[in-house]
Amino acid sequence: MDKLLFGDNQFFGINHMSEEKARAQAMRFQRTDAIMDVLDVAYDAGIRTFMCTTHDRIAEIAKRVKADPARYDGFQFYPCMPYAHKYANAVTEHGMVGALREFMPSDGLLATALTGTKALATKEVDGIARVLIDMEMKMFQGTKAPVVFIQNVFTDLLLGMGFTRAFKIFDDHIREKHGAEPAYITMNMPMLLDALEKEGIERPIICSNINKIGFRMSGGYDAYLDALQSGRVRAVAMSVYASGAIPADEAIHWISELPGVESIVFGASSAGNIRGTKALVDKYMGGGVQTGDPA
Amino acid sequence: MQKVKVAVVGLGKMGLSHFSMINAHPDVDAVACDGSAFMADVLGRNIATRVHRDYDQMLANEPLDAVVIATPSRLHAPMVTAALDKGCHVFCEKPFCLDWQDSQRLTALAADKGRVAQVGYHYRYVGAFAEMKRLIEAGAIGRITHVLAEAYGPVVLRPKRATWRTDKAEGGGCLYDYAAHPLNLLNWFFGAPDQVIGSHLGQVFSEGTDDEVFSTLRWNDGPTAQLSVNWSDESHRKMSTKISLIGTNGRLYADRQECQAYLRKPVPGLAGYEDGWTVKYTTELTEDRWFYLRGEEYSAQLDDFVGAVRDGKAGAAENDFASATETDRTMAMIIENAETGQPVGEARAAAPQPAKKRGWFGR
Repeated sequence: MDKLLFGDNQFFGINHMSEEKARAQAMRFQRTDAIMDVLDVAYDAGIRTFMCTTHDRIAEIAKRVKADPARYDGFQFYPCMPYAHKYANAVTEHGMVGALREFMPSDGLLATALTGTKALATKEVDGIARVLIDMEMKMFQGTKAPVVFIQNVFTDLLLGMGFTRAFKIFDDHIREKHGAEPAYITMNMPMLLDALEKEGIERPIICSNINKIGFRMSGGYDAYLDALQSGRVRAVAMSVYASGAIPADEAIHWISELPGVESIVFGASSAGNIRGTKALVDKYMGGGVQTGDPA
Repeated sequence: MQKVKVAVVGLGKMGLSHFSMINAHPDVDAVACDGSAFMADVLGRNIATRVHRDYDQMLANEPLDAVVIATPSRLHAPMVTAALDKGCHVFCEKPFCLDWQDSQRLTALAADKGRVAQVGYHYRYVGAFAEMKRLIEAGAIGRITHVLAEAYGPVVLRPKRATWRTDKAEGGGCLYDYAAHPLNLLNWFFGAPDQVIGSHLGQVFSEGTDDEVFSTLRWNDGPTAQLSVNWSDESHRKMSTKISLIGTNGRLYADRQECQAYLRKPVPGLAGYEDGWTVKYTTELTEDRWFYLRGEEYSAQLDDFVGAVRDGKAGAAENDFASATETDRTMAMIIENAETGQPVGEARAAAPQPAKKRGWFGR
């Protein structure tokens, strides 16, 4: 993984500090051109990985990247699935079973299994999960997508329920069918790490909040540091600035000295902030592109 | 220490998330219950927790300390009654009961049995709204006269298939689902209103229920508030609740993310607030709990409930049945006012100012 990954919250009106700023961003980025302009700034600054939700609008970005292979030769996506709103809306409209049936191929055995007349066999549950994953991956066909994440709300919902077998289904399917590395976003990293290990998933890639002030590091600051020091996790740090509470230089410097943190993911809309963060990561973390970089 | 045995009942959108948080709680031994064969079956095969299909049988057979009720609203009253009769502590999703007389009866029953009884009005656990409450009580903006309570979001954006959420008799609709939240915050700040006028329950896309709500609420010894709520607003990514207050010493605004205060003069004893603007963010006002799923407030309310049961407290720390009954009663006043067009409740005449007769030039 690259040391620095570019996130997408800023493009979709998600801001943890202010609804006003979130709306201003939603206005600014309602056209794909505006998103592409910022991605171009990041790419030209040497940030090659875009970690993004499987939002409908990302399909447009993927199309543009595919359309210009010369320009975007090194551009890679780290998809984060599922795009939860799509499912939430379908569940509101069709109920839980009806929503699932909506997403299955209409002629297949799985749609038949979901008619509700009999209980689902375990292999049918697995099959439904694989179809859903493939559907989310469709927009990335023909692009580089070497790491695939499960979104935190979904990861943590399954984790809390103890439905950890789903992680194993995801893990196997992403490796076997998509030739990519499975990965997990969570707000509860120490708890998730234990659960993944119990499913036989070793040294997982886990993206979670990691910052100097312990902001939204559920399970406790010390438990996070223990997990990182143990070498059991390949960590991607998000919220390193703790929504602006920590000065950039101090935040990156602190992260760079932690064992186990392979990458930082950050979101920004201005060229100044993008180049500033890239420069700090180069300064403290050796910068550069670690894998797949011919230079 | 013995774990608290909790059943989460109703595994819909809210129920699944409650179940996930409760099941992960270190002090809880959880079971689940859902009437749907599909849900009970898929979960039953894939998780270690026991999943029941029949609520009454579960109450009869499981030695439960507490239940979390997240079924359609119409079922709250009978299910809470059954749980209290079994001696269980109860956390019930909002709105509490569709008939506020049920809410009153259950408040008395829970008190009589000495059970912890809480309702899921999670906005009281959002740091920015808790800060607003603290500032109101500290008299930060003086005498409050002017209140605007709003909620907007994208729930019903076109005519669609009916579910319980779009059926008024089941407790669906914008009033029960959305407006309940800002109303509950107004009840928290100012108590139950003395009079409700000017209510409108409007339909935009739904046939069976309301998609938008307006109302004017009056407190005899407090402000007048206007409520503006709409769940057919696609411009909001998700539900957004906001309260604005104007008083003799300034203005307060809060939403899920931040609390903004404008003070004309600093108030003695209120540290950190000078004259002019001060902004506090929920992120700095909130502490982590054992588990994070979708916002600290959801974890915090369940943690308080479990803690109160575990520690043998006499009641809920926040959102007890009595406070949720106030909100049910307020919604009943709005419905009656919208249906009859007549003011509901008594407003003490606010010292009427007789119109002065003036000439064109004189005073």
